[in-house]
Amino acid sequence: MSLESLRAANNIERDATWAEMSFQDRIDTAEFRIHERAHITVNGDSCRGCTTRECVVACPANLFVPTSDGGILFNYENCFECGTCYLVCNKEGAITWTYPEGGYGIVFHRT
Amino acid sequence: MTNTDVIVVGAGPAGSCAAIAAAQAGKRVVLIERGPFPGSKNMYGGVIYPRILDELIPGWFEHAPIQRWVVRRSTMLLSDTGALNIDYRSNAWGQAPYNGATAYRPDFDNWLAQQAVAAGAELICSTTVTGLLRDPQGRITGIKTDRPDGDLTASVVIACDGVNSFIAKEAGLYKNVDASNYTLGVKETLSLPKHVIDERFGVRDNQGVDIEILGGTSGVNGGGFIYTNLDTIALGVVLKLPKLSAQKKRPEEIIAELKRHPAIAPLIEGAEVIEYSAHVIPEAGLDMMPKMAADGLLVAGDAAALCLAAGIWLEGVNFAMASGMYAGQSAAQAITAGDTTASGLRSYTKKLNETFVLKDHKKLRKIPHLVLSDRVQHKYPNFVTGIVERMFRVENPNPKPGVRRILREERKKAGISLIDLVRDALTGLKGFG
Repeated sequence: MSLESLRAANNIERDATWAEMSFQDRIDTAEFRIHERAHITVNGDSCRGCTTRECVVACPANLFVPTSDGGILFNYENCFECGTCYLVCNKEGAITWTYPEGGYGIVFHRT
Repeated sequence: MTNTDVIVVGAGPAGSCAAIAAAQAGKRVVLIERGPFPGSKNMYGGVIYPRILDELIPGWFEHAPIQRWVVRRSTMLLSDTGALNIDYRSNAWGQAPYNGATAYRPDFDNWLAQQAVAAGAELICSTTVTGLLRDPQGRITGIKTDRPDGDLTASVVIACDGVNSFIAKEAGLYKNVDASNYTLGVKETLSLPKHVIDERFGVRDNQGVDIEILGGTSGVNGGGFIYTNLDTIALGVVLKLPKLSAQKKRPEEIIAELKRHPAIAPLIEGAEVIEYSAHVIPEAGLDMMPKMAADGLLVAGDAAALCLAAGIWLEGVNFAMASGMYAGQSAAQAITAGDTTASGLRSYTKKLNETFVLKDHKKLRKIPHLVLSDRVQHKYPNFVTGIVERMFRVENPNPKPGVRRILREERKKAGISLIDLVRDALTGLKGFG
């Protein structure tokens, strides 16, 4: 083996770290049994006046997405049911949070 | 006429132990779980200390579905490029009577709930409790559920419904709910062949490793963790909620940065994320705890904020199991004595006060705040790793600097005043007892 190929092999080994994964791939590793009723409701009027947008940063499932017109687009389906959003929210009544119907929602397996 | 003696809400470690204790005392028990099976809503940092189960389930260690017994307990301080690891090993912890174990909560919690069924409790899954029933005097008499005709009455309701406990809040047991008392835990379950985990972590068979990490959370107050399961690694971060939103960094980005750290990356190289999860943790200990009882109601586990987050000690499942057990015993005694008012149930709080459950929390009251304080989070990891780096860097032909000089220079470099250092050291010494 030449010195060059040894060096190349060594570099390959050093660079062979884990690959970044897309957020959707990350969420797809978890099982969600989705119920037709949204267990979280967001009051769009309250969000429009909010400048801090804590939920957008903190929600581990990335369910809160700001829209160009100053509102919040929201999806309940991939919710971990952790409670972070209502805990960090500064606007009284903007996020109404309950648990989903029995048997639905996040189902953990190797956690 | 009530439907049953005791309703336990939530079949996690607190709820199942409450159900076992009450059923063992001869009471009729209904154990309600909103997930499709017990443990399906639960995740954690990763170590269970099950010693408390000796009382409820003799010989538990022969049956409990654990992954590995922790024989290496490491505390790691991370700066941007350096790492100081304090690592203790005892293979004796991998044998009876054992110490801590890693386990998947869906496995462990389900097993524990089946012990409650074996003790005589009735387990009802896929049922969400939507509110409390009260009599005209305001005394709690049962629960409302999302099932048709789903109201259920009992002499005592035990709320083990987790960190968000809607029951404890509805009953008015929490004075206020402040985001700064909570952290968000996010975790990746990473798949690797068992022999690779054994080699990288220096263990064999069902020996396991627990690594707690200070620093490495991208400037957000919190910490990190790595635990070994049989053929997966649990890696995650715990992040103080208000700081997380203020720093504009997303949880998965913070995990990604931790995974890139030179001390962490080689441990997980080639591993694939097979499950991502998140959960909120009640982190402020005694300072956030609710009232533990109301007329007809007890609260246990995370629902009562009984989670110990005291830096080098990070425990929750054992506090849940113990508080649940004491709640179940107290409920049974109160029913037998014919007084299930808050006063009739006071043996529960008494028991919590007499045992490790509240003794540990009282002793370590100041530690959660110290550990999550800005200095400990952002300055000490650099300070300590800086000292060690200087001590072991050989700069010949220059002679070694004295340790006092290194301490002084590194303290200044880290921006820590002597008075703050002394103050934190005293708080730590006093707090850790």
